[in-house]
Amino acid sequence: MDAGKITDVSLHRPAITLTGGLALCLAVLAFGAVMIGPYGLTPTQTLAALSGRGDPQAQIVVWNIRLPRVAAALLVGAALAAAGASYQALFRNPLVSPDILGVSAGAGLGAVAGIFLSLPVAAIQATAFAGGMVAVGFVTLVAALVQNTDRTLTLVLIGVVIGALAGAATSLLKVTADPYDQLPAITFWLLGSLAATTTEDILPALPMVLIGLVPLALLRWRINVLSLGDEEARALGIEVARTRFLVIASATMITASVTALAGVVGWVGLVIPHIARMLVGPGFGRLLPASILIGASYLLIVDTLARTIAQVEVPLGILTAVIGAPFFVWLLARGRHGWS
Amino acid sequence: MLKAQSLSIGYGKTRIGSGLELTVQSGDILCLLGPNGCGKTTLFRTLLGLLPALSGTVMLGGKPITAQTRAEIAHQVAYVPQAHAPPFPFEALEVVLMGRTARLGLFGQPGRNDRAIARNAMDRLGIGGLAHRDYSRLSGGQRQLVLIARALAQEAPLIVMDEPTASLDFGNQAQVLAQIAGLVQDVATRGCAVILSTHNPDQAFALNAQVLLMKDGVRQAQGSAHEVLTDASLSNVYGIPVSVETTSSGRKVCLPSLACQSAPTITSDALTIA
Repeated sequence: MDAGKITDVSLHRPAITLTGGLALCLAVLAFGAVMIGPYGLTPTQTLAALSGRGDPQAQIVVWNIRLPRVAAALLVGAALAAAGASYQALFRNPLVSPDILGVSAGAGLGAVAGIFLSLPVAAIQATAFAGGMVAVGFVTLVAALVQNTDRTLTLVLIGVVIGALAGAATSLLKVTADPYDQLPAITFWLLGSLAATTTEDILPALPMVLIGLVPLALLRWRINVLSLGDEEARALGIEVARTRFLVIASATMITASVTALAGVVGWVGLVIPHIARMLVGPGFGRLLPASILIGASYLLIVDTLARTIAQVEVPLGILTAVIGAPFFVWLLARGRHGWS
Repeated sequence: MLKAQSLSIGYGKTRIGSGLELTVQSGDILCLLGPNGCGKTTLFRTLLGLLPALSGTVMLGGKPITAQTRAEIAHQVAYVPQAHAPPFPFEALEVVLMGRTARLGLFGQPGRNDRAIARNAMDRLGIGGLAHRDYSRLSGGQRQLVLIARALAQEAPLIVMDEPTASLDFGNQAQVLAQIAGLVQDVATRGCAVILSTHNPDQAFALNAQVLLMKDGVRQAQGSAHEVLTDASLSNVYGIPVSVETTSSGRKVCLPSLACQSAPTITSDALTIA
């Protein structure tokens, strides 16, 4: 058997430079997004406003309108991509998205119930978060009770079941909701948007996302090993059930908190980890930061488009689907054998 | 090192095998032989503690395997699965490094020392040049060697291999087999042992191994290859006439008889048609 060309250059050696480049790219994009909008700003004006000088009106636009929205877009994109990368490694399948275990369906039901009961915005955020967590908690509980040797498959299938039930309950609420007042709000929420986001909305989500990222970052090596499958991971010395629970809990918390903030935004968690994997390889220690940076950049671009391309706000979910779906087909078409 | 006593194996209520006994000590090669579905894989899963025994005990390093953590078990026994295609394109070196997992803390990352051990394991099997190649694009034989290197990097004194030569071509089978033989001789001083399953009884002779011959989950014979693998025992287990012959170089080979199988089948077909 051919030992192959002797080479000491890692396939993924440029990962650190690449990650640095992505971070720089993100900073430039964020600065650009702060400038762009109905009240256009020049770079000089933006810098002045950011440092608290210059035109007072520009300062209000930058600090009260643009920055919270840019921050929210970065947070949501980073969070969904990080959760997607984790779920894909855990379920050993690059076609998995963060809502595989029903977190989006659960959060959607929670939010719709909140809107239906005419709760205040902060409370709707809370019910959405709770809905997402409860749905996934329920999935893991039911999956634990089902006797099947393939734990992963059981989880995914129960996720589909719970997602469908939550979807049915959401539909029921939509049918009975006030068609003039509540229904438009529900529809808009289910398509995802950052249109009304304020700093007060971001503050509860931010610590949740950061806390959720900590175990994922710490467990980055074990997450690699988990992607070999339960049997091998156990033989290599991992307590699989415990580790998997920790990863699911973290990724779900991340997804639920940003879904509560922005509504249901699809495709980001599915497509972004793919791109990141193409750039830095599958090693989770490199994949997680790359996914976070690319996800943040991507959603920033999409959200800037959402608020500028038309007179009215375009829901995020529509744009991410329109951009994400064809891109995904392109990924599949150019893919090497299998997943990569 | 590993001792299994009056072991019954199976899944839940389904009993697949029973009355199994085996002892493995350093320097041993134990070869599991038997037809498809005889319980080899189930036995392996039980020996690795991946599947609870229905009854009986598996003692690993003098302690019941059920009383040990996954990390403790991984320190003592490494598992080489059949070469598989992973879902993601890891580098071969990364796959080998995964063998270090049990030596790292819960949040640990492989460090310089782990990388040196992993590289050393690959060099030992002559696959150092594959370190940075995409594992998912290697040939079956190369993948199998990478998985053996991973077991070496795990530094466990016992290695369990599930059909390490299955799906390999003729040349690669011999390569992998030679590496297994080398492994036990080379590290005999460090107390390494191998349990493997195979569908080719010749390999038991080639490795000069201890043999556990199984059929329907029951032990048929156990002992050295030369004692256990006879015309009668092989014919009984595989259900076809087998003759064990010695080549001019002194190595024993097992020859299944093809002639008396095909002839009646063809005749009966011809009769049916007529």
